[in-house]
Amino acid sequence: MSLLALENVTLRFGGLVAVDNVSFHVGEGEVFALVGPNGAGKSTVFNLISRFYDPAAGDIRFADKPLLGLRPDQVPSLGIARTFQNIELFEQSTVLQNLLVGRQRHAKSNMLTEVFFTPQVRQEERRHRQVVEEVIDFLELQAYRDKYIAGLPYGVRKIVELGRALATEPKLLLLDEPASGLSVEETRDMIFWIEDIKKQMGITVLMVEHDMNLVSAVCDRVLALADGKELAIGTPAQVQAHPEVIKAYLGTGGGKADER
Amino acid sequence: MRFVFKRSYDDDIRWFRHRTQMMYYLVLLGLAVALPWLLDDFFLGEATNVLIWAIAGMGLMLLTGHTGQVSLGHAAFMAVGAYTNAVMMQRGVPFIAALPLAGLITGIVGTIVAMPVLRLHGIYLAIATLAISVLAEDIIIIAEPFTGGVSGLAAPPIELFGMQVSRYGTPTAFYFITLVVLLAVLFAYRNLLRAPLGRAFAAIRDSEVSAQAMGVNIARTKAVSFGLSCTATGLAGALLGHFAGAFNHETFNIVLSIQLLLMIVIGGLGSIHGAFFGAMVIGFLPQVIAIGRDVTSSLFGLGSLTIPGIEAGVFALILVIFILFEPMGIYGRWLKIRTYFELFPFYRKGMFKRQKSYLKTERTR
Repeated sequence: MSLLALENVTLRFGGLVAVDNVSFHVGEGEVFALVGPNGAGKSTVFNLISRFYDPAAGDIRFADKPLLGLRPDQVPSLGIARTFQNIELFEQSTVLQNLLVGRQRHAKSNMLTEVFFTPQVRQEERRHRQVVEEVIDFLELQAYRDKYIAGLPYGVRKIVELGRALATEPKLLLLDEPASGLSVEETRDMIFWIEDIKKQMGITVLMVEHDMNLVSAVCDRVLALADGKELAIGTPAQVQAHPEVIKAYLGTGGGKADER
Repeated sequence: MRFVFKRSYDDDIRWFRHRTQMMYYLVLLGLAVALPWLLDDFFLGEATNVLIWAIAGMGLMLLTGHTGQVSLGHAAFMAVGAYTNAVMMQRGVPFIAALPLAGLITGIVGTIVAMPVLRLHGIYLAIATLAISVLAEDIIIIAEPFTGGVSGLAAPPIELFGMQVSRYGTPTAFYFITLVVLLAVLFAYRNLLRAPLGRAFAAIRDSEVSAQAMGVNIARTKAVSFGLSCTATGLAGALLGHFAGAFNHETFNIVLSIQLLLMIVIGGLGSIHGAFFGAMVIGFLPQVIAIGRDVTSSLFGLGSLTIPGIEAGVFALILVIFILFEPMGIYGRWLKIRTYFELFPFYRKGMFKRQKSYLKTERTR
C-alpha cells in the first residue's frame, strides 16, 4: 500500500516549470530517495508535500487522504515530519527545547490551563519529555541536551534536526539532504540511524540526497529528476546505470553541458 | 561550579533549577514584601513605579523577546488599560473587578489589532505598530465623552475591602496591590514558558518555517502572543493611571512606547529578568539624572540649571552604548559574569558569541 502518492504534480514559478508532471508512490516502510542535479526540483517536491507551495496541477495524497486542502501547520498532525536543507533550528533555545517543539502536534492543553499549569498540563509535559528523552537516547545527544543550538557544530545540528522530526512520532519522515556537510564518519552514523528508523521504528523515509554512497546503502527505490521532469525510477543501482541519468549529470558528448 | 543531578522529568519542569536558586528568589520576594518598612514614602512610590514598568515590560518581553515581534505601539495598549479601568470605575464597577476586566479588554483589543498587523515582518511591523501609537492619541482626543478629551481623566479613588487606597494617601497599600498584580503576571508568564505555547512562541521567533513544519499555527500563535502581551500591558496601564492620579492623551504618547522598547533591550531581550533590570533602569534613571544635576549645579555653583531634553539624551546614549557593547542587555552581562566565575579559569571570550546564519530558507518563509 502506498503511504504517499503524488499524481501528475506540476508547479510553475512564472515561466519556469520547477516540477513538471511528476508522479510517484512511496510505499509504507520504504526508504525512497529523490536524486538529481542542482535545480532539478527535489526540494521543491518537499515543499509541495509540506504545503509551502501550491501545485498548479495534480494531486498529493497521504494515507489516502488529500493533502492539498491543508495549511502547512496541519500537515504534521497527519504524521509527516521534515528536516531542512539549510538547517532550520531554533537557535536561541537548547537542544531539549528544540526537540520539545517537535511535540507541538501532540499538545492538547490550551492557553488557560497552561497559564495555571494544571496537573493535567504537567502530566502531558512529562509524557512529552519522556518521548524526547527516548529520541535523545536513540541519537546519542545526551552530551548536548542542555546546550544552546547557536554554539553547536554543524554535524550535531544536523542530528538535532533529525531528532526534532523524530520527536513528532511521524509515519513519514522527509529528510532534505541528511548527509550534506557531514564528515565521512558522520555520514556513516547517519546511514545506521536511517536503517534503524526504518527497521526499529517502522517509519517510512523520503529523502533528497546527493551522496550516492548513502543512497545505495539505505534506499529501496530512487527517483531521478532533472529540470523538474522524471528521468528514471528503480533501485539505486538501476537508476545510477540509467543512460538518461548519466546524461543529466555529465552532459552529452556533443552539445552544451546540460548541468545547471 | 554547580552540577544539578536530574532524577525525574519534573527536574526540568520545575520553576527553579535547584533549592539554592529557590532560596535566592524567596529572599528577593521577602525583600519586596519588607520594602515599605525599609524605604520612605517617596522612594516607595518610586519602587511602585518600577514595578508598574516591570509589568508592562513583561508584557512587551513576551511579544518582542519571546515571540520576536517588535512593537512600537504598546503605549496605546497601556492607554486602553488605563482608560477602560477609569471609565468602568467611574460608572461604579469596583476596583477589584475593573482592574482584571481592563486587562482582559486590552487583551481582546490587542488580539483584534494583531490579526492584520502581525502579517507584517520586521521594520514594516515596527512602522505599523508605531502608527497604532500615533492613532491612539488622536482616538483618545476624539472619544471625548468617555476619555475626557484633551483635559483627560482623573483616576477614581480605589476602594478595596472597605479601605481607601491611593498612591499618596496609602502608598504601602498601593505598593502591595502593584506587587500582587506583578506576581500574578509573573506566575502566568513563567508557566507559559514551560508549556507548549511558550515553546511555540520561541519557535516562531527563531524560525517561522520550521515552526510551521512542526505544526505551529503561525498566525494564531502570534495573535495569542500579542493578546497576552496586551493583557499585561493593559494591567500596567490601569495601575499607571492610579499612580499618575490624572492622565490624558499625552501620558501615553509615542515616547512611552519607545521607552518600553528601550527598557527590554537594555534589560536583555528574551528573558523575564531582562524586563525587571530594564524597569529599574527606566524607573530610577530620571531620579539619578535629577540627583546628578543637583550635584553638578552645587559643585560648579550654577544655581538651578536645567538642560531641556537631557533625559531623552541620556536614554538614547545608554541605548546606543548597549547596542554597541552589550546587545544581550544587563541580564546577558550578568550571565557572562556568572559563567566567568563558575568556569574560572576556563571562560572563553567567544562563549556567548552567536554564529550568524545567512543560509536561512527565506524563500519559504
